Amino acid sequence: MADVSTILQPIILPDTSAGAEPRSYWSTVGERLVHDRITLAVGAVLLCVILLAIFAPWAATHDPLQGSVLRRLKPVGTPGFFLGTDEIGRDIWSRLVYGGRLSLICGVTPVALATLIGGTLGLVAGIGGRVVNMAIMRVVDVFYAFPSVLLAIAICGVIGAGIGNTMLSLMIVFTPPIVRVTESLTAQVKNRDFVEAARASAAPLHAIIRHQILPNVLGGMLVYATSLVGISIILSAGLSFLGLGVTPPNPEWGLMLNALRQAIFVNPIVAALPGLAIVLTSLCFNLLSDGLRSAMDIKLPS
Amino acid sequence: MAQFIVLRLLHTILILFGVSIVAFGLIHLIPGNPLDILLPPEAPKEVVERLKVEFGFDKPLYIQYLAWLGRVLQGNLGTSVFTGLRVTGELLSALGNTFVLAIPAALLGFSLGTTLGTLAAFNHGRLLDKLFSVIAILGISMPHYWLGIALVIVFAVLNPVLPAAGMGGDGGFPVNWDEARHLILPVITLSMIPMGVIGRIVRSTVLEILSQEFPTALQAKGLQHRQMVWHVLKNAAPPALAVMGLQLGFLLGGSILVETVFNWPGSGQFMNLAIFRRDIPVLQGTVLVLASFFVIINLLVDVLQALIDPRIRR
Repeated sequence: MADVSTILQPIILPDTSAGAEPRSYWSTVGERLVHDRITLAVGAVLLCVILLAIFAPWAATHDPLQGSVLRRLKPVGTPGFFLGTDEIGRDIWSRLVYGGRLSLICGVTPVALATLIGGTLGLVAGIGGRVVNMAIMRVVDVFYAFPSVLLAIAICGVIGAGIGNTMLSLMIVFTPPIVRVTESLTAQVKNRDFVEAARASAAPLHAIIRHQILPNVLGGMLVYATSLVGISIILSAGLSFLGLGVTPPNPEWGLMLNALRQAIFVNPIVAALPGLAIVLTSLCFNLLSDGLRSAMDIKLPS
Repeated sequence: MAQFIVLRLLHTILILFGVSIVAFGLIHLIPGNPLDILLPPEAPKEVVERLKVEFGFDKPLYIQYLAWLGRVLQGNLGTSVFTGLRVTGELLSALGNTFVLAIPAALLGFSLGTTLGTLAAFNHGRLLDKLFSVIAILGISMPHYWLGIALVIVFAVLNPVLPAAGMGGDGGFPVNWDEARHLILPVITLSMIPMGVIGRIVRSTVLEILSQEFPTALQAKGLQHRQMVWHVLKNAAPPALAVMGLQLGFLLGGSILVETVFNWPGSGQFMNLAIFRRDIPVLQGTVLVLASFFVIINLLVDVLQALIDPRIRR
């Protein structure tokens, strides 16, 4: 999993000066997305994963918690258990489908919360005066000094395993990078002419934030947050893999991977399946983020 | 330049101070006394009180912090409450084992990433570029703990050519072929993400530089291709270096998962054990030392960047 901070790349603001016919920024972005076949395909796959997770009770062929010693570690292609069974005879397909629920929730929620909190803090730091900026950004610097995996594991290790604690620790890990990105985006926008113009025409601060700054910052934040979801899914599954996240017997991809690790000499293919689910989902989020990035970045040839 | 270094140094000291507060305060995230989670509930009250005094938990938090910081600055990270051994010595030998993994992984990942990223950028839009984009995005989307398991399945289970876990010898740098063989799978596993991340940043930076005017001007002046590549790479170095610094920190702090997969007795496994044993001094010490390494690496990267690109020395 990549360190969160390495995704940080300059996000170029749309160049609105060129072009004879004025077109709305978002209609251009939408058109680019429609023509981007990879992003569309990725979106479709992601939608399937999400739908499978939501409709897990219908998609699953067996009870994900019900095992049987009679059918332990069946290989892929066993009649009735087409992806095989795990170390205590539970159906892998059903556990993967149900596992998507926890894995997706544990991956998306921390990023969403961190975007809300970090975005607000970053906006305040970007708009606020020197003192406010210093206070927020120095605290962020300290948290930034910890490698993300180390911080997540340390926090989770202290407050204990569990779904809520996993999400809390990941939220703490992802907030500082989002504050940094939002702060630098806000600082860029703040000094542009249209903000000056709004200020000169005596627009109140909250109106400037709502109409001038937020619309120009949100896109970058969204792209950045999407790229974090991929990392978040890998990290939360990693915490479960270490025994610090979701607790057994709940189906969760990282936990399944760890449990099946003992079985690699018996049934190697089945043991690799939960990891494949993690790769697929995080790959989709990363590709989606790439697609959004290039669709929103008008300076890049598409 | 000297002024830049002094300012960065001061900033680093402030950050390290903050890091020490977080590393110390971490254990106080949960309410109650750190001893309560360690001792069985039926422990006699006198013993609990005596231990509290012994460990200094009876004093106010800031006094505890200052006492701890004072000891840490003398190189004493305390004593493990589980093994009774000095944390500093144990941590250093575990860190040594982590370096044995992290340094070759960093060298492999950085060199592969830089080479492939540059090649992809100079062949923008061609097959090589597309192939590289696929490899790079797979590299960053793959949970490395899973890649480790997959490699073990392929090279140790299905085709038993390499050892599945452990260091082979009694730790430290490999001295013979058998110990070196134990390095192969974990190093490849660990180098995948840095390869993908560095490759992507090098590719996008080189592409951006190639779209500027000076490479064309250099070409017009009749510079050979090889010399032009050098000019471009020199301009691409600062951002790539910054990311390499972050990745090196990740390799040190994030190797915990790979160390678990390969049963590697490094700092990650040391910390993992401490978590499950509720060994507070070990946990605090490991977090502090790993984060401090990360901070110092980033300081070195900043200075290196400023040496390459004078514009950074503002």
